[in-house]
Amino acid sequence: MAASATLTVNGQVRSVSDPEGKSLLSALRDDLGLVGTHYGCGEGQCGACTVLVDGKPVRSCLLEVGQVEGKSITSVEGLATNDGLHPLQAAFLEEDALQCGYCTSGMIMSGVALLARHASPTRAQIVHAMEGNICRCGTYTRIIAAVERAATIGRERSNG
Amino acid sequence: MAEPHEVIADTIEVERYELLQAPLYRFDQSRRSFLKLMGAGMAILLVAQDVLAQESGSGGPPTSIDTDRIGAWLHIGPEGAVTVCTGKVEVGQNIRTSLAQAVADELHLALDGIAMIMGDTDLVPFDRGTFGSLSTPAMAPQLRRAGAAAREWLLDLGAESLAVERTALQTIDGRVVHARSGRSLGYGELTEGRQLSRTIDASTVLTATGQWTVAGRSAPKVNGRDFVTGTHRYPSDITRPGLLVGRVLRPPSFGAELITLDDGQARGLPGVAVVRDGNFVGVTAPSEPMADRALAALSAEWRQQASPVSAATLFEHLRATAVSDHLYADEGDVDTALASATHVHAQTYNIDFIAHTPLEPRAAVAEWSAGAVTVWTGTQRPFGVRAELSRAFDLPEEQVRVIMPDAGSGYGGKHTGEAAIEAARLAQATGHPVRVVWTRAEEFTWAYFRPGGVIDIRSGTDAGGSLVAWEHRNINSGGSGIRMGYNVPNQRIEFLRADSPLRQGSYRGLASVANIFARETHMDELAHLRGEDPLAFRLRHLADDRMAAVFAAAAERLGWASRHKIAGRGFGIAGGTEKGGYVATCAEVEVDGTTGKVRVVRAVAAFECGAIVNPLQLRNQIEGSMVQGLGGALFERIGFAQGRIDTASFARYRVPRFSDVPELDVVLVDRPDLPSAGAGETPICGIAPAIGNAIFDATGIRLRSLPLAPRGLKV
Ligand code: FES
Ligand code: FES
Repeated sequence: MAASATLTVNGQVRSVSDPEGKSLLSALRDDLGLVGTHYGCGEGQCGACTVLVDGKPVRSCLLEVGQVEGKSITSVEGLATNDGLHPLQAAFLEEDALQCGYCTSGMIMSGVALLARHASPTRAQIVHAMEGNICRCGTYTRIIAAVERAATIGRERSNG
Repeated sequence: MAEPHEVIADTIEVERYELLQAPLYRFDQSRRSFLKLMGAGMAILLVAQDVLAQESGSGGPPTSIDTDRIGAWLHIGPEGAVTVCTGKVEVGQNIRTSLAQAVADELHLALDGIAMIMGDTDLVPFDRGTFGSLSTPAMAPQLRRAGAAAREWLLDLGAESLAVERTALQTIDGRVVHARSGRSLGYGELTEGRQLSRTIDASTVLTATGQWTVAGRSAPKVNGRDFVTGTHRYPSDITRPGLLVGRVLRPPSFGAELITLDDGQARGLPGVAVVRDGNFVGVTAPSEPMADRALAALSAEWRQQASPVSAATLFEHLRATAVSDHLYADEGDVDTALASATHVHAQTYNIDFIAHTPLEPRAAVAEWSAGAVTVWTGTQRPFGVRAELSRAFDLPEEQVRVIMPDAGSGYGGKHTGEAAIEAARLAQATGHPVRVVWTRAEEFTWAYFRPGGVIDIRSGTDAGGSLVAWEHRNINSGGSGIRMGYNVPNQRIEFLRADSPLRQGSYRGLASVANIFARETHMDELAHLRGEDPLAFRLRHLADDRMAAVFAAAAERLGWASRHKIAGRGFGIAGGTEKGGYVATCAEVEVDGTTGKVRVVRAVAAFECGAIVNPLQLRNQIEGSMVQGLGGALFERIGFAQGRIDTASFARYRVPRFSDVPELDVVLVDRPDLPSAGAGETPICGIAPAIGNAIFDATGIRLRSLPLAPRGLKV
């Protein structure tokens, strides 16, 4: 493999050195300083490391850098814009959907991907889509409320 | 039952085993005072009331007591910036916000006008640790006193500067205001560039609960935005120039001894160093993949000497090694009362080991400079970790600084400094800052567990179904929540120590989860044996009004009196008190008749912990406790054999996920007339027996072990 790889992260082209055997999670955190994406298990079981690759939620601990070259990667740092927080980020604050906050970035990324697929997800759809994300502090009900709230905001925006 | 005002524990509970442990490693190699860090402005130093109690609990040799006599301090800078320093730390219980609320109230400031410095051993006063639900009952009033003293002093200074009667002044929004003349001075201006400091004691008058303006109301997390945008820096996220990644070689089983190590291959890898010191072996590398490769390239031979005890023989083993440790109550004559009782009921309740599994595993970054070490780490006891480092490296404590960035939770599981010591040893050997973040498997294996235990209860009732005797023996899990909460004239309550095959220690709620599970299951059995309503049976034996009030509140919210059972569903109720908090929980469960799968459909908790400081955060804590408690109630369980953990991953150790979460309903019972108690722990106690009792109601199957149904019910 080459001595470096090129990734597109949050709209920027970034270079990652010694990509061989390196997980996307490690590249984001250690090479690119994007530490908002977290390690929770390294085996695809907790969702703390969730990012979007071409809009789909993936576990960055399971992907190697080589597998995402040329694709568009979004991490939690890429959600807020100059206009402010993403509606789901705002909804997390309004619903107080976090305690220690360690799961929050992964939860938000899974939720953003869900809302992109379903503008008005049912409770069952939320549970199904987010079952792979663990919140050890147990804020699940609040996270569901946050996703529902963000969906409402999203609908209002697209109607208005 | 605890005295209503007894909320401050001054002794260490027996089950905090991790605090009494011998040091983790013995290496063969052989404060700065925060006062001087203060610039101009006003400092209020508050003398802690319980300094000596804190010292004796530090688990190590007594540390110097001079500046350690200070319990908290507060500083107002020349620009009016208010900084509060406390040794308590933030692990998701949201005290960064609730403690700031307490100060904001006394200083008549908005919440965002206060900066909290927490858990940095160079900057904050000594603190025993963030556990035992003491932050709110013990620290909030201390900070209030510091805030109140600063306010009173500012009024003195204002009266001088404005040459007016002190009584004509008010403190409003960071200014001392003379309403009649319209003149005012900012808090910072009043210090006039001087360096003022005053030490106060605990006698300062506080704002009465009814006059709180900031506390007592919901306030969102003060730094919430950092968490949702990914800019908060957790201990695992700390980086330093020249940082290396460290990994530690783990033995194949507990207690194994290193015989030979071949590290030639690992040393040949680019940028890799191998460090061996006694039984400790670690590697450092410039990147994570390289550190993993180096670790895998080590070839070690171990002498294994694991205990033969496994999860399958745990309860037998605990019973066989039990020795009486503490009698919590010995009233009347239990044996005689049992002999003459109309009905005697004896049952055993088994409790498995479980893991805290904070989502952020143990993590530390260590950096040495001029013989002193600074460690950023996730711990609930920064000063405890400082003492551990000082012992491990034979350094005076002044040369050890521990900084605790708000961490990815703890639940009682991060009281120790393993990762800190490992990172410091590797950093010392390589001359570079080193980061050690435990893998999930390491966290599942090398941290400590919530103790397993065996609980025997024997009860006797008279012809009218009233309790006449109660014997409760807890082997190994601990003494919290062990005291009988119901009226019974003859009782013997005992805790017995035993040989634990696994490393064990504190867990959210300590042994009250186990003890209340056993007691509340037994009470339910007695009610059903008599054919009496389980709530009525409890209330009939209850003298404590606070306990009765939460039972009534939970039952009312659930609709206990008019509950309507449908096939496959059942209702259960349970409650208890610990650490000044009172909880009653109702659960409705559904059991699938074909698969035996148990689902909690609805759970209601009524909780009372004195005056409520932040209702929003309190609800969040109670909900979180219920969800975490549901895991331990239904399926969490550590499997182990031959000195190895068989459940060292989330694939093998099941924790609650979205689909497990019932409809949650929280009833807050506010008692503004009572001091606030902590809320992070006690609400966890009611859920397991409530679920177990509901399963009985649904199926007639009585479960007496935690977890209740790791693989569903056999139907
Ligand atoms: S860290 Fe990737 S799923 Fe847990
Ligand atoms: S808020 Fe702590 S893990 Fe979700």
